[in-house]
Order: sequence, then structure tokens, then C-alpha cells
Amino acid sequence: MLSAAEQRDIEEVLPQLPERRAACIDALQVVQRHRGWVSDEGLADAAAFLGISVEEMEGVATFYNGIFRKPVGRHVIRVCDSVSCWIMGCDRLKEALQARLGVAAGASTADGRFTLLPNVCLGHCDHGPALMVDDDLFGDVEPQALDGILDGYR
Amino acid sequence: METPLTRNILPGREPPTRRAYERSGGYTALRQALRMTPQEVQKRVKDSGLRGRGGAGFITGLKWTFVPMGDDAPRPKYLVANADEMEPGSFKDRLLLEGDPHQLLEGMIIAAYAIQADMAFIFLRWAYRRAARHLEQAIAEACEGGYLGSDILGSGYGLDLHLHVSAGRYMCGEETALLNALEGRRANPRSKPPFPPVSGLFGKPTTVNNVETLCNVPHIVANGPDWFKGLGRGSDGGTKLYGVSGKVKRPGLWELPMGTPARELLEEHAGGMRDGVRFRGLLPGGASTDFLVAEHLDVPMDFDSVQKAGSRLGTGTMIVLDDQTCPVGMLRNLEHFFAQESCGWCTPCWSGLAWVERMLADLEEGRARPEDLEQLEAHTRLLGPGHTFCALAPGAMEPLQSGLKYFRGDFEEHLRAGGCPWK
Repeated sequence: MLSAAEQRDIEEVLPQLPERRAACIDALQVVQRHRGWVSDEGLADAAAFLGISVEEMEGVATFYNGIFRKPVGRHVIRVCDSVSCWIMGCDRLKEALQARLGVAAGASTADGRFTLLPNVCLGHCDHGPALMVDDDLFGDVEPQALDGILDGYR
Repeated sequence: METPLTRNILPGREPPTRRAYERSGGYTALRQALRMTPQEVQKRVKDSGLRGRGGAGFITGLKWTFVPMGDDAPRPKYLVANADEMEPGSFKDRLLLEGDPHQLLEGMIIAAYAIQADMAFIFLRWAYRRAARHLEQAIAEACEGGYLGSDILGSGYGLDLHLHVSAGRYMCGEETALLNALEGRRANPRSKPPFPPVSGLFGKPTTVNNVETLCNVPHIVANGPDWFKGLGRGSDGGTKLYGVSGKVKRPGLWELPMGTPARELLEEHAGGMRDGVRFRGLLPGGASTDFLVAEHLDVPMDFDSVQKAGSRLGTGTMIVLDDQTCPVGMLRNLEHFFAQESCGWCTPCWSGLAWVERMLADLEEGRARPEDLEQLEAHTRLLGPGHTFCALAPGAMEPLQSGLKYFRGDFEEHLRAGGCPWK
């Protein structure tokens, strides 16, 4: 069952939509905001609330890189690996992040503090290499600047 | 030089509030449009020759005329602003969304009036968090000001507007995939026909326009088609947001007359190449456009001229390749992106792109065979226009086919050296 708060958040967008199912992505985002990720149970809860099948909901959930179907750390680092950032050295940045965090891209640190994810173009191409930590965007990131950035996220 | 799209945008500053936007003349074009008939608004925008700034360059006013009008038209009708800017190397709509959200709203309300839409959506990419905050605020302010709702400025015309924040997937930028996403379905593209103006969102008439396109609309309504045409350097009218990324001295984004030559962008605005590196080529408008090289630097960056030179203007945000960067490695990065972002719906795309990426990886890592170059060339045809469900795979083949043409020697050097000579 979705919590009362989750239901309230989804119901907020429903009046603006012609069909209940159109809130599919909103519902997944709400579940993720409240629970940190979208478990099988969370997915089934959201599907039932909107009256669509679990299979359809899964088809939508797994389509997007912003919906987490596995648990993530308290903070998610997305390092851009698209072309402009690649030219500007994002591979070096990714290697530095992996070394500093002691995990491969796609994994979470043992203390649950960070998850490191490669990400498609973040639209910050004039400031590559770029990365996001949670909702915050950073540009022109040199490997030596990583400590200063990551210290802000406990 | 006039810069209508960015006149209110100051780097590092908060965007204008509704009142500040009104003080600078904002929403007067909407008042003007509401005194015209919808067909008159359509004609004004069509006469300006405004072409879609999302990449395809279709004439915007003409697109609007495909929507059924009158009492017999199916209802509700929809207008969608495509703000899913995910083409690698593109960062132009971000500036407009973050810097002057009311300009987009005014353009959307006028466009919606022109096709008599009942409801409008902004389809925003997930990563644009700042834009989302600014748009939410602007939508609330526009409702308070009477620019949205059931009776806009006492005209009897009504429009509701909803911000949809996507969860992030390149495929959603394709307009029919975007419509599936808005309906809460997996965002595979739809077969065309029927086209969205006839059967779009929830099967109703729908127009999808790019953010930069819509931001031009208030200025065209206010100043007229001739003013707009006069802004461009050649036959293509208006200004364009041009971007440059890569190893140049000053990467960035500038609003300049449509038809500004590549050389001027690169040398005057971006400050030329960084010390120690030389220019080798550029992708003029995002990852899915063909390479241009030194001989093309004087080509005016407008839709027709870039096409004549063998590429596409696309989003107008160029990615520069320098002589210290491996072209094969760059193509491997590009094809990795397209293979990953393929929606998996049609076989040539999901299977073909994976093979292309693997062959490029083989070249880079010394596993390639000489016949792989022919295989890559064959794929540029097999995945080209007409063989796939949508434009994703044909777009992915554009940099590859031109890369094979202009950087053939680098491919052969990879074969000879048994791997990437840059590593």
C-alpha cells in the first residue's frame, strides 16, 4: 500500500491529467522520493493505485535512467560520459571517482553514502567535464576538485 | 545587432518575475494575438518562415495549419513544448528555460491560441532542476496574472498548462515517443501516419514544438514577419542560439543572426582553439549530425547551407574535434550513446547499433579486422533512413558515415597499429 503521503502527492497531479495512467512517471517519482528507490513492492503499489498492470508499470520504470530499481546510496553522483565531456576528459574524472570511492561505476559505497552512475549528456557541455550530485550540477570538474565537492554530502 | 531571445537573460542572475517581464514589454504580444483570429496568428508565424529549432527545421507556421480547426475539430486539442533537450552536446534550451521562463510561456499560450488548444504541456528533462523550479514559479505567476486559466485576459479563450518532469531517456525527444511518455506508456516511437496534428496525445490533435521555436513566437507576433526575416544573414530568418563545446578557448552559447558562419563562431566567439591543439572537424548540431571539416568553415550555419555542405544544422550547438583527440574514439563514444539509448523497438536499431559500437571498440583495442571498415560502411546504409522505425539509428549513422569519409586514415592507422595510436 502506498502511504497516505505518497497517495496525496500523486493525487496532486491527477486533476491536471486526462487519464489516471498518465501519472505513471509522477507516481514512480513520488515512490522514489519517499522510499529512496522503487522496489518491486513500491512498483506494485503504484501500479495498483493507478489501475494499470505491474508489467506495464515495469515497462515504464525500466525505461528511464532516473528511476532506480535497485537501492542507491544517500547521495547519487552522475558523471556525464557523453561526447563533449568525453573530449574534455570525463574518463579521467570517472577513474578518479572510482578510485576515491573504491567502487566501480554503477555501484554504491559500503557505508551507503554514495552511488556512482555514468550518465548521458547533462546539457552542461560548455563546462565539461560535468557531474551532478543529487540535484546539484558541477562543471569544469578537475579530479583534484572532487574532495571539495564530495565533502558537502555526508 | 538584435537579440530578442536573450534580451532578459543575464548570466548568474535570477530570471525576470512576471512583473519584470511585463515591464520589458512581456505579454503584450499575447494581448495582440488574442485580438487576431487564430488563423491570422498562424499566417503571421508561417509568413515569417520560422523553422523548428529542435533540429528538423520544419516550418513552424505550416505545422500549425495541419491541426483541424473549427467546431467539428476533435477535442481536447493539445500543445506540447519539447524541453527534453538530451541531444549530446546541446545546451541551448537550458538557457531559455532557466533564464526567461515567461518568454516560453507567452510563446506557448500564443501557439496554443493559434491552434485553439485546450491544454498545454511542458515536457522537461529530469536533469534541468533549476529550470523546473523557475518554470513552476512562472506558471503560478502566469495564472495569477490571468494569462492562463478558463478566460485569458477576458478573451473567452482558455488554456491549462502542466509541467511534466521526465525521468530521463533520449528517446523521449522524438515527438511520438514523447507523446507515449506523457500518456504514461513506455516511450517507444509510434508509426506515422497518422501524424500528431491529426492523432497525437490521447489520440487528439497535438502540436509539438521545441522550446527555442516557441520563444521566437511572441517576437514574431509583436514585430512581424519582415522584421524576423531581416534578422538572419541569408534567406533563413531570425536569430539562432549557437553553442560551441570541445577544446576551444571560450566554450559557450551566443544568440547570433541565423546564418553566422562556423568560422566566426569558432574564432570570434569561442576564441579559437586552445593553445597546443588544432582544429580537425566539428559536428554542427549535436551528436546525430555529420562531421564538417576545415573546407566547410565558411558555410553559413543555416538549415539549407549546412545541408548543402552534407550535414544538418540540428540544434546549432557544435562539438569541436581537435587533433589531440582520436576521431575513432569519439565515434565509439557517440555510438555507445546511441546503442544505449535505442529503445529496443526495432531490430536494425537495437542490434545494428550494438554491432557498430563493438566494431569501433575492436578498432580501439586492436581486435579489428580489415574487413570491419567495410562492415561499418555497410551499417551506415543498413541503419540509414527508411530501414528503421524512427530517426534515432539514421541519426547515429550521420557522424559515422562522414567520419569514415574524412578520417579514413585514422581508421586505417588503428588497423596498422593494432589499436588506438592516441593511447
